[in-house]
Amino acid sequence: MASILAVDDSTSMRQMVSFTLKGAGYEVVEAVDGQDALNIAKTKKVNLVITDVNMPNMDGISLIKALRALPDYKFTPMLMLTTESGETKKAEGKAAGATGWLVKPFNPDQLLLTIKKVLG
Amino acid sequence: MAIDLAQFHQTFFDESLEGLDAMESGLLNLDVGAADVDAINTIFRAAHSIKGGSATFGFNDIAKFTHVMETLLDETRSGKRNVTQQAVDILLESVDCLREMFAAIHHKADVNAARVALLQGKLDALLGSTGVSGQAANDGTQAAAQNAGWKIAFRPLSHLLCNGNDPVRLFRELQSLGGVDAVADMDNLPSFEELQPENCYLAWDITLTGMANEAEVADVFAWVEGDCELTITPLEAATVEKSSMPLPIVSAAPASETIDNNTQFERRVATTDRRTGAATDNASIRVSIDKVDTLVNMVGELVITQSMLKQLGEDFDMGRIHKLRDGLLQLERNTHELQESVMRIRMLPMSFVFNRFPRMVHDLSQKLGKKVEIKMLGEQTELDKTVMEKIGDPLVHLIRNSLDHGIEMPEMRRAVGKPETGTLKLNAYHKGGNIIIEISDDGAGINKQKVLKRAIERGLVKVGETLSDEKIYELIFMPGFSTAEVVSDVSGRGVGMDVVQRNIKALGGAVEINAKEGIGTIISIRLPLTLAILDGMSIAVANDIFIIPMTFIVESLQPEKRDIKTVADKGRVVQVRGEYLPLIALYQLFGIASQVIEPDKGILVLLEAEGKKVALLVDALVGQYQVVLKSLESNYRKTEGIDQATIMGDGRVALILDITSLVRMSKR
Repeated sequence: MASILAVDDSTSMRQMVSFTLKGAGYEVVEAVDGQDALNIAKTKKVNLVITDVNMPNMDGISLIKALRALPDYKFTPMLMLTTESGETKKAEGKAAGATGWLVKPFNPDQLLLTIKKVLG
Repeated sequence: MAIDLAQFHQTFFDESLEGLDAMESGLLNLDVGAADVDAINTIFRAAHSIKGGSATFGFNDIAKFTHVMETLLDETRSGKRNVTQQAVDILLESVDCLREMFAAIHHKADVNAARVALLQGKLDALLGSTGVSGQAANDGTQAAAQNAGWKIAFRPLSHLLCNGNDPVRLFRELQSLGGVDAVADMDNLPSFEELQPENCYLAWDITLTGMANEAEVADVFAWVEGDCELTITPLEAATVEKSSMPLPIVSAAPASETIDNNTQFERRVATTDRRTGAATDNASIRVSIDKVDTLVNMVGELVITQSMLKQLGEDFDMGRIHKLRDGLLQLERNTHELQESVMRIRMLPMSFVFNRFPRMVHDLSQKLGKKVEIKMLGEQTELDKTVMEKIGDPLVHLIRNSLDHGIEMPEMRRAVGKPETGTLKLNAYHKGGNIIIEISDDGAGINKQKVLKRAIERGLVKVGETLSDEKIYELIFMPGFSTAEVVSDVSGRGVGMDVVQRNIKALGGAVEINAKEGIGTIISIRLPLTLAILDGMSIAVANDIFIIPMTFIVESLQPEKRDIKTVADKGRVVQVRGEYLPLIALYQLFGIASQVIEPDKGILVLLEAEGKKVALLVDALVGQYQVVLKSLESNYRKTEGIDQATIMGDGRVALILDITSLVRMSKR
């Protein structure tokens, strides 16, 4: 089964994402911020990254940029979790190499639908 | 798939309250005018997380409220707005309001909608965009064509794949909308030698049949906007129909309560009390993973020891007795370590209590018109959760006293050559088996004459009596004592200090005042690390075993007969290195028939309680143990001279002596 790296500094959001995805049979690795995620991604290749944007240490956009620069993650789908007000964030994210986004708030069904869409 | 989001609520509440604490301390540390971007970012992030979480978990009121805060903070961090005291104050109020909202949700009570609306109004006014902040509900109608399908020209730019997008996914999504017929355009495909495998050279003309509307189709391509040329045209002439898009929106129904302009929401000083109220009834504790891991590790070792002993017991002969001893030693070590780790689970860092003080000091000093800076040290020092919860109120009281009576008004400070801003310092550190919490200020100190005068007025001290400094400070802890010339609503009517001392004593601690007039005051509180176990010395009197808490013991000695003196109407005293100490015989006090009546036949344990030293005569010292406390009061009744009880290794009950009350008993 596909593995997913879920990055969020909010424990509840991370738990929700992780719980939902695990329930659907995905393997989920959690990271608490961009730096943590980058370290994890370097040691374990995942099939998809889903990341919050606003985080301490390294934000989601910097994370995506850093990951895209790694040969292993050149084509890996990377989604960002953003709020509606984040139009500029979306553009910034895309410029950094984000595949797409999921608009907050979302419910578990919307999350699964999006992930399924990307991973097939 | 139905996932019950309620299971994440507690985590969300916990992290949100933490986020609010972070916002609060961030706001308090913010320099008006020249704010630090990192600091604002931290505050923003907390608001942002709460907003995102509350919308996700369905707390729309909170989401809506935090959205306005977030907007304000966002403008500040992007430099569009300066940090003003007014903004900081309103944001602080908003933090309080959010805490109340969380508490209301937690207790399934109603949110104070009027207050929320009032604050939201203030925030809106600050934003200069009244009404817009609630994010206009996105009920816009969208034109959609009702037709047989769409013709889509999809021409990816060569870098499309490099963002992790895949045309195959797009086709798959289109298929979920209806029938898809895609024709690839390979005109741009270069020769094999020139082909860059990472680029996309293909384009597609797609015919989508079905009932999908234009928005749905555009939505499929939303992520590749800008990475491709895209035209979507209807297959046949379209009839326009209004249909609403179920866009997720942050806002809930706008609060329509009329705001009573007369409603004054005085920010109460007791803000923090409300918060702890909410926190304590939720009897859970967050434990760091490494503490749990240690515990698991310990239990693992215990299991190994147990299985080793079991094996040993299955075919035991005396030749293997040394193995049995080793095993039992190991078991003892395991048990000890396990006990320590379990106790550590109950430990919380002092910051748990300290964190609320910057806000309190900020609010209070404003109210009093004083300038005070708070410095905190040793916030990482750990203390038992129960002790922590009970020490909060006494600390609040002591800090209020410091601000009210200790630190002077700015003019006054300037006049005596001190900096206008007073300093209040909180410090927590370990010392022996205790934790010491110090509250010190560089204020006026304590006017001994004033204290003495008041004590004489109250009849606590006789006129003409000379008292040591220590004794004078102790007067402050007498019930009903207050020297404040004006009774203020900050530190109340002086009902506090005796209660403070009583509370600290109830925790097995002590409080001490040290002051220098004109220089400042230091109040130190000594507390045991935990209330559940106690380091004790077990002593024997005839056939009974008693425990003396180690914290009271100064030393033990065997006296020479010549050192024991009898003083008229004061009983016996013992001379220890030139100092005469009253001698208390435990057998007399408790009426035990003991063989050891002469002090030089037994052991004297020197104890220090309430600043006084006494010598306790016992038959023998048995050993030093960590004992688990069992309440005597709840299992039997309150008994003078006895604090609590414990159960010894052989199953017998041993009573723990209450040294303070023993000293008092002996005086009668």
